[in-house]
Amino acid sequence: MLTLSQEIYDAIVAHARRDHPDEACGVVAGPEGSDRAERFVPMVNAAGSPTFYEFDSTELLALYKDMDARDEEPVVVYHSHTATEAYPSRTDIGLASEPHAHYVLVSTREHGNSPGPVEFRSYRIIDGVVTEEEVTITTGEKSTP
Amino acid sequence: MAIEVRIPTILRTYTDGAKSVEGTGGSLSELIDDLEGNHPGIKGRLVEDKDGSVDLRRFVNVYVNDEDVRFIGGLDAPLSDGDQVVVLPAVAGGAR
Repeated sequence: MLTLSQEIYDAIVAHARRDHPDEACGVVAGPEGSDRAERFVPMVNAAGSPTFYEFDSTELLALYKDMDARDEEPVVVYHSHTATEAYPSRTDIGLASEPHAHYVLVSTREHGNSPGPVEFRSYRIIDGVVTEEEVTITTGEKSTP
Repeated sequence: MAIEVRIPTILRTYTDGAKSVEGTGGSLSELIDDLEGNHPGIKGRLVEDKDGSVDLRRFVNVYVNDEDVRFIGGLDAPLSDGDQVVVLPAVAGGAR
């Protein structure tokens, strides 16, 4: 199961709407091993395409060095599909390389840049096997243990 | 002295979980051959045959001292002791 704050959920959806009809992409980083998606990091889609996304290689290195310095890992890797459903494509499955990440897909095919419901789904993709999981959105104050 | 190589999560199955390993070589291709000797199987995840010659896989990024090797000679990129090499799989995908 993926647990996300309303704030981060909204930020991912806003990014997907803004970049429509191109695919939007990014990560939500969190402390290594914690499974807590805390730090929203939108990325530029270097492919600038409605059917493909790729992080720019220089920005990818900067992102991973930054996460490394903070003892973080990518808890969520998200991208949008702009004309198809929010389900991993063959390319998505073949290129998925973060076995600990939740792969979030947002589809903007219905409303594009406009407000309105989007499909927002999350998956584990490990060794080519896709497993959909529940998404829980939390609201209000962060609880401190 | 040797060359430090940072290994991404997905390839740590080849390094007994180590986040970084050491290798030697005067070029990236020599380093990859050296890594293959100690971590069998890793080479095939980094390079592939393209039209009869060996090249880096399209969706694997390798950096030498923060430079993407594609801009500094690819597999022929020169290396020396003390260099830091980072391997990162591309974060990519698409609707098709």
